[in-house]
Formats: sequence, C-alpha cells, structure tokens
Amino acid sequence: MLSIYINGAGCISPQETAAGGPMLANLREYEQVKLATVDPDYKQWIDVKQIRRMSRVVKMGVGAANLSLQAAGIAMPDAIVTGTAYGCLDDTGVFLTKMVNQQEEMLTPTAFIQSTHNTVGGQIALLLGCNAYNNTFVHRGFSFENALLDTIMMLREGSAQQILVGGLDELTPHSYQILSRFGLYKKEPVKTMELLNSPTCGTIAGEGAAFFTLGVQPGTNTAAELTGISTLYKPMWEGEVIGHIMKFLEDNNYTPNDIDLLVTGRNGDIGQDEIYEEVVEALFPEHPEASFKHLCGEYPTAVGFGMWLANGILADQAVPEAAMFYGQAPRRIKKILLYNHHQGTHHSLVLLSHVE
Amino acid sequence: MEQLMADLKKQIIEQLNLQEVTPESIGNDEPLFKEGLGLDSIDALELIVLLQQHYNIRIANPEQGPEIFYSIRSMAEFIVAQQTAKA
Amino acid sequence: MSEKVWIAGGGVISGIGMNLRESLQAFREMRPGMGAMKYLSSMHRNTFPVAEVKADNDMLADMAGLPENISRTALLSLIAAREAWQSSGLGDISRYRVGLVSGNTVGGMDKTEDFFAEYLADNRKGRLQQVMHHECGSITEIVADAMGIRHHVSTISTACSSGANALMYGYRLIRNNIVDVVIAGGTDALTRFTLNGFNTLMILDQQPCRPFDETRTGLNLGEGAGYVVLVSDSLAAQLQPWCRLSGFANANDAYHQTASSPDGTGNYLAMKGALDMSGLQPQQIGYINLHGTGTGNNDVSEGIAINRIFAPHFPAMSSTKSFTGHTLGASGGIEAVLSAVAVKEGIIYPNARFEHQMKELPFAPATTWSEGNDLRHVMSNSFGFGGNCSSLVFSSF
Repeated sequence: MLSIYINGAGCISPQETAAGGPMLANLREYEQVKLATVDPDYKQWIDVKQIRRMSRVVKMGVGAANLSLQAAGIAMPDAIVTGTAYGCLDDTGVFLTKMVNQQEEMLTPTAFIQSTHNTVGGQIALLLGCNAYNNTFVHRGFSFENALLDTIMMLREGSAQQILVGGLDELTPHSYQILSRFGLYKKEPVKTMELLNSPTCGTIAGEGAAFFTLGVQPGTNTAAELTGISTLYKPMWEGEVIGHIMKFLEDNNYTPNDIDLLVTGRNGDIGQDEIYEEVVEALFPEHPEASFKHLCGEYPTAVGFGMWLANGILADQAVPEAAMFYGQAPRRIKKILLYNHHQGTHHSLVLLSHVE
Repeated sequence: MEQLMADLKKQIIEQLNLQEVTPESIGNDEPLFKEGLGLDSIDALELIVLLQQHYNIRIANPEQGPEIFYSIRSMAEFIVAQQTAKA
Repeated sequence: MSEKVWIAGGGVISGIGMNLRESLQAFREMRPGMGAMKYLSSMHRNTFPVAEVKADNDMLADMAGLPENISRTALLSLIAAREAWQSSGLGDISRYRVGLVSGNTVGGMDKTEDFFAEYLADNRKGRLQQVMHHECGSITEIVADAMGIRHHVSTISTACSSGANALMYGYRLIRNNIVDVVIAGGTDALTRFTLNGFNTLMILDQQPCRPFDETRTGLNLGEGAGYVVLVSDSLAAQLQPWCRLSGFANANDAYHQTASSPDGTGNYLAMKGALDMSGLQPQQIGYINLHGTGTGNNDVSEGIAINRIFAPHFPAMSSTKSFTGHTLGASGGIEAVLSAVAVKEGIIYPNARFEHQMKELPFAPATTWSEGNDLRHVMSNSFGFGGNCSSLVFSSF
C-alpha cells in the first residue's frame, strides 16, 4: 500500500501553537470553561484589503493552512480539503441577528457570503490562486476525519501528489451560550491542567484550526506517516468500540503491543471519558497515554489538534509534559494510535508511524 | 457638499471595515473601485444599503452602481440630486 | 475493487413533484413549480416567487414517518432518499455495506431562525429542540438513522455544488472498497436566511426566472432533495441499473467569493476534467443539464466555458432550474437524478420561458420536452459560491 506522509502541519489553538519553537514550550494554563485561540498576526498571510471581511474562523483557517504549506515547503497544493462541523458561525450569527432585529430589511451581503460552510476552503483557494479540487466536509464529529479520508483516497488514486487538508471550528458567544444550555460544559471554571481528573460532568469549550500537507513522498522535515484512519458511527455498546479498534489494528497488521503511545480525546466529562477507560483496560492496560483536550478544549474537529500533537511527538521523539496523562513515554516512539470520540456518537482512530 | 462628502468617507470606512484607511486619505475625485480604494462588487452592494440606511435612498438596479459609486463626489452629487427631487 | 460505478436508482422531491414520476410529468406538461410563497413565512412573501414543495411540514412528516417538528430539510431528504433506495431494487438495506453522502448548505436553519427570534430577546429562551439539528451533519444523520445506515455517513457543503460533490465522493468510496452502495445527493429547504441572503446580493428575480435568456435578471430559490443510488460492479450485475457515473471533476474558480470569473475558468476546468475522466470527446455529449441559475453572471460564464469546449458541435442543453428553482445544496442531487434518468429514457428537458438569444453565445437552450432520444452521454453542471465548480457525466452501458 502506498505510504502517505505528513510533510507539514500548522495549528492555531488556545496554545501558542502558531509561534513555532519547541512544542507547548510556553504552556497556556486557563481556569475557565471556554478557551479561545491565541491569534497570530494574520496580516503576515493576508493583505489588508482581503482581511477586512474575514471572520476569525476564516483567518485561523488561512493561517493554519499557510503554516502547514510553509512547513512542507509547498507553494501550491494539488487539492484543498476542509472539515468543519459548524462552519462560519460568527457570520451566520451576525446575519441571523440582523435579519431578526431588522425584520428582513436593509441587510448587507458580507456576513451572508462569509457564512457559507465552504468559505474557508474557498478563501484559501482564492489567496493561493489554486484552481484544483476543493471540497468541504461538514459532518459533526467526523468532519475532519472525512476530509482526511477524502485526501487519503485521492493520494492513493494518484490524482494528486500534495494535498492541503484541515479541520477547524470556532466558538462564538452565541454558540457557547446555546451549547451550554445543552449541558455540554462544566458549571464552574476548572483549571485546565486538572480537567482530565475532574469528577463531574461536562467539559470545557474550545476552538482551533489544524491543517496538514499530506504527500506521497516524504519531505526533508517529515517525521510521520499517516498509516490509517477509521470512523465508527453510533456504536451500540463499548464492546463494539473495542472490537472496531482491534479490527482496525489488524487491518494494518498491528496488535496493541505495536502501539508505543496512545493519544486519547479525554475531555474531563466523567460520563464521556468512561469509554476511554474501558478501551484502555481492554486493549492497552500498560500503555503510556497522552491527551490533548485540556489544552485545546472540546469541539467537533479537535482531532485535528490531536493529530498535530501526535505528529509533533513523533518529530521530537518526546511527549510534552503537559500532554502526558498516564505512564511514561518510551525512549523511541514509533507508532501512535489516536483514539477520539465526540459526544459518544462519533468515534475515530488515526494511526501515525515515525519516519526515520 | 463638503460636509456630505466628509460624512460619506466616515460611513464608508465603517460600513466596509476599511482597516488602515483614514477619511483624509480618500480623495473626493479618486475612483473608489478597482484602482484607488480597490472596492469590488460586494462593496457596491454594501454601499447600496448604506444609501438606504443613512439617506433613505433606494437603488433597485445594481447596474447603476458603477456610475453612482465612481467617487465620493459622484456619490454626494447623486444623494443631493435625489434629495432635491424628493423635496 | 469495483471498476465502474453504476446508478441503480434515484429519487427526487421538489417544487414540481413529490417524486420522480410527478416531476417528469411536470416537465412533459410544461408546469414549472414557482409561485407565491405559501409555506415559508417571510416579509418578502409578495415580492419573490419561489419553487416550494407543495406540502406543509405535517404532511411531509407524515410521508417521512418522522415527527413534524423536525427540520424540513431532513423531511425532504428522507422522502427522496427512500424513493431512491426503493427504485434500486436492492431490497433489505441491512444486507449491504451502505454509505449516505448528502449535501446541504444551511442544515436545520429553518428551525434555527425560528429559535433565534425568541433567543435574541432573552438568551435563556427559545426551545432547544429547534437548534438540536442546526448542524448540516445532523440532517444527514436523521436520514441515516431512519434508514438504518451506519457504515459511512458524511455531509458535504460546497454551496450550490454540494449535491454533485456528494456523488463524486460516493463513487470514490465504492472504488476504494469502503462501501458497496452509496446513497448520494443533496437536500435543502427554503429558509428566510437564504432568501434574505440572496436578496442582499440582488440576484433574485421578482418574476419567474429566465435562465440563458438575454433578458434574465436573477434566480428563483427552490427547495427539495434528490438522491441517486450508486452501486459497485458486482451489485450492478444483479440489478437493472439506469446508467453509469462515468466521469466527474471538481475545480475551483479561485476568482471571487461569490461571482464566476468572466471566462468561466472553474466551469471550464470542471467540464473538461469530467470529459477527460470519462474518456469522451465533447461531441459525444448528447445533453447538458446546465447549472443555469438565471443570474447575469452565471449564465454568461457558464455559456462562455461551454462555447470554449463544445464549439461548433453544441449538444442539446437546458436549465431545469427554470422549473425547480435553484435548490442550492439539493440542486446537484436533483439534477443528477434528472440527468441519470435522461440517459435511461433519452430525455431532453425543456428550458422554460426562453425567448431571447443571449448576445454573447452562439447557442440556445432546448425549449420543448422530448424523450426516446438516442442519448449516450449526459453532463450535469453545478457551480457555487467559494468558486466551487463540479461537473458530472452519466453514460449508458
């Protein structure tokens, strides 16, 4: 089977991930229920005439995409694939609010135009002048995973050599307010470094953008190969999840013992984290485990942050202390299994291998 | 007319979120579209709403845009003509 | 791995009919679906004609077997997806590895906009039930869950090309041996959000739209859903498939957030790419289902790109949006069903209300219905905001 390499990664998140330098060197710790991105100066990538219409999610997408292309040394990808569950929420809220408040009168086009879910993918293409394949997946907790699957299929089909693929979602005052009413988040602020051991229900809200340049040839800085990806929709019970993970490893000719590090999407919600416990107990009882949602918060495309972290771990051959959840990372980290679920209904697996 | 043109510049900067542009930097006769401020068709639609909001003038046909929105002066002249016609 | 991917069936609901049979009858009898707004509540009720599905939510919910407070977008989707499945002859869905790939543009916005009025007055108010299915993906999941589809579910949102991109992705899921059957297409209900959005762009016609007519002044919005059932070679052998999905391409215009480039670069690349993939020469295409929204900008860009590829041998072409209105995320799905059945039955659809030749173009759309034509290959175009351009080619055996 054809190998697929992560030749560049870019991430904008509630950590200082856009700044470069050692991964999570300046850890941002929070004591709140929602985390916002640490924004770089977007004008380094977007000129002032274009930036004026862009909402935050568009800017963070363009920023992360550029970071990823720069890291890969690629000027023009052969395709652009984006995953976003919520799309451009801020502009959607702006247009809806005016529509309601102004009784459908005297509305302006900018927020509407920018509210469409493919705005980020379209703007990246526009800024790069990229006429190639462009697609946007908007499937809840599978948005980023579907974008990755599309990318992997395309690289295997041979119709592209280098593909820019990313996942992103923004949090807005409206979305936070409404999602809070669904009981998704903690009632009281919690220290992010203590989130994963929290004994209560609910998690913390987050946001961010992670883009990757995937190719069929490794670049000079390539550290990881994307070995496989799989999703499981609405499993009936824990046993189905465990069985699915076993089958996924088998399909890639691995056993749990081949995995050097497990990276999980624990989010500090005692109800939602239970499945990670079950999976660890059944398949990875002695495995070292890292986690990431205490660093970026929970959102439907947070797996993108997890994959960015896993890629960085393979490059550094070390796990940042703030990400370590259980045990100690081995001296050599060759294979990482990323297991995440979103709201118990969307489970996904990403398998990364170290490239020497 | 001078006051109207000064008001228009401020309103346009606000409506179109023109960062790093000051009212003083916009010439009265400078073209607003393409060269000059570099506005585009979406801005033209924004300006149509601006005229409606601030001056109660409705433009039904967007094709009139390029002529009316050629410059700050052409916009001001159009507004004055419309207001005179109404009075 | 399946070498070819076949269309085993299709289902459609739109302003001209509750199913495919009714829709074809509407074309045959020249009955376009646009008229005064009846089901959507809007200030612009008396200004803009729309092509509404002729049923209220209670009736649609009854047809779909879902609660009536579910988003209309999901109701339309399930009705058309079920029709598609039933027409395929595949029988019990649990026997196959099945995927659902659906496009839509605003998810459950029809309910969200009702919620927002109360919520804005007091952010602790508004029934959460109404925003539960706001996400585009949630609409797809309602349908997947109702039909018992779990192997693969995904949602694509590339504005007006969403439905067409769903077919391409579905094709590739089969070719890559991820599933054996994919129900692919799109859905969108009319909402105040989109109606007002298009109104800000000043591209809504206050009269029934006139695609590819010199006097055109904009589009009419419509609503509906359309799905095809894509199957692998081995399954197709046991069925009577309509045709093959023989080629497609997705390209980006990279010119402007909403407008098409004057020379239709993205349109050209999509059509050219689809022809290349299907291994066809332009003159082998017998009919083009145009994107043909009726806006000044789209029709001239699309026409110029067609001229560049097809001159001097122009196939028959028409915009079925002159009947269904522009159904946005559904349009690629609806027009895929119409194009696939066109190959099967040799149908050339009429372009309603065409009278005046566009001065930029050397060709004109078909204006009358005909069937039994010898159509081997049909192209369907879907172009959208964000520069997203997609073309599909359907071919007989």
